[in-house]
Amino acid sequence: MNPINTFVPIIKGLKITLEHLFKKPVTLQYPTERPKVAQRFRGLHALNVSHDKAKCVACYLCPTVCPAKCITVEAGEDANHDKYAARYEIDMLRCIFCGYCVEACPVDAIRMTGEFELANYSRKDFIYSKERLLEKK
Amino acid sequence: MGIEILGLPLMYYIAMVAKVVGAFVFVLLTVAYATYAERKIIGHMQVRLGPMRTGWHGLLQPIADGVKLFFKEEIIPSQASTFAFLVAPLIALIPAFITFAVIPFGGVIEVAGYKIPLQIAAYFDTAAGRVYDVNVGVLYVLAMSSLGVYGIVLAGWASNSKYSLLGGLRSSAQMISYELSAALAIVAVFMLSGTLSLNEIVNLQSGCGGLAWYAFKQPLAFVLFFICAIAEINRTPFDLPEAETELVSGFCTEYSSMKYAMFFMAEYANMVTVCAITTTLFLGGWNGPLATTIPILGPVYFVAKVYFLIFFCMWLRATVPRYRYDQLMHLGWKVFLPVSLLNIVATAIWNYVIQ
Repeated sequence: MNPINTFVPIIKGLKITLEHLFKKPVTLQYPTERPKVAQRFRGLHALNVSHDKAKCVACYLCPTVCPAKCITVEAGEDANHDKYAARYEIDMLRCIFCGYCVEACPVDAIRMTGEFELANYSRKDFIYSKERLLEKK
Repeated sequence: MGIEILGLPLMYYIAMVAKVVGAFVFVLLTVAYATYAERKIIGHMQVRLGPMRTGWHGLLQPIADGVKLFFKEEIIPSQASTFAFLVAPLIALIPAFITFAVIPFGGVIEVAGYKIPLQIAAYFDTAAGRVYDVNVGVLYVLAMSSLGVYGIVLAGWASNSKYSLLGGLRSSAQMISYELSAALAIVAVFMLSGTLSLNEIVNLQSGCGGLAWYAFKQPLAFVLFFICAIAEINRTPFDLPEAETELVSGFCTEYSSMKYAMFFMAEYANMVTVCAITTTLFLGGWNGPLATTIPILGPVYFVAKVYFLIFFCMWLRATVPRYRYDQLMHLGWKVFLPVSLLNIVATAIWNYVIQ
């Protein structure tokens, strides 16, 4: 242990820490300061709306492509004899936020929002029904 | 002269109580806010913010911590030896505070015609016209700093837990090995000063406009003493007694609530004391430009120097990782001890040549 090998790195280190002392901290004061969510961030899903109803035609492509098998769709027939999703549920506990459902959709009925605070108190609250998905405009 | 009690004027007692209370409050507040400063400084050195939520920029954090620890549950392990377990934090804490009794934190000030030296264990003798303080002040400091280890060893042993015991043993081994080099580093200062009285040592450093510090005459001893002092108070990079990666929390593993807080306070009070001793011995104490003509500048310089050294300790903590135990022992016995001995020899030869 010679003195140069012992002390020179320490002095260098001290210089580095002192330089850092005057840098702007990177900390985000989270609940008060919000992070900037990227445009293409894959957060909570939302069902797109057109003419006051969901665009979804219940083609079953999204549950088919979903690798986590978290989407449940049940088709229904409306007054105009059009196919629509009578039930559309996403289980957020299973969802891996891969965005394949958005890619697969032929009618641009589903998108992903910047919403990332998905914590909840009970398991059943993680199953997002069609109404809850529509709420996110 | 007014009322006299046991041959000393009433003013002597008033001044003494005022000094004790003043110094104690100063050390306590410094200890409390040193924890805050440490978290803030290390935070910013790691490009973080540190405490921000309690009060403006987290300024009330030490108070919140104190209140929290005070109301925590007191746990005494069933297999612990209760008396030693309870008394250990006190043994750790008290020496840390009473060392301050001999440290001069200012020159002589005059209040209502009575001259008061700003050092707790000292008084100004008007007949002799000089300050009398503990003439073996440094020995007292060394004695008190070695007492601190008893608290830690006792805590480790009384907890009846292997982690605590190992922490206690480590700290005793570490403190004993580093105390040698620290004491030997100070010996070089005595050889220059020729006295053990801290007041005299400070006065001897008042030349060159208050900048004739022993740190310039004895740079090696200064560095040695400061590093050994850091090792002796178990601070990073020598905080092996509480190395959490190996020993959970070392000697204070089994402690909770206010007793844990006492160890924490002892650690920080030790840091303040050690920085104050280093200031006194090597950085000219309260000396500085104009300190003799404007007495109030003395404490200001003293506090500034102590705070700078405390900052340095925190800076070091943010920088240097913990030493391995064999490295620590190697450094203590094979590097610092011979170097401090050589320093004494060199100082002796130098003094002889000068005379």
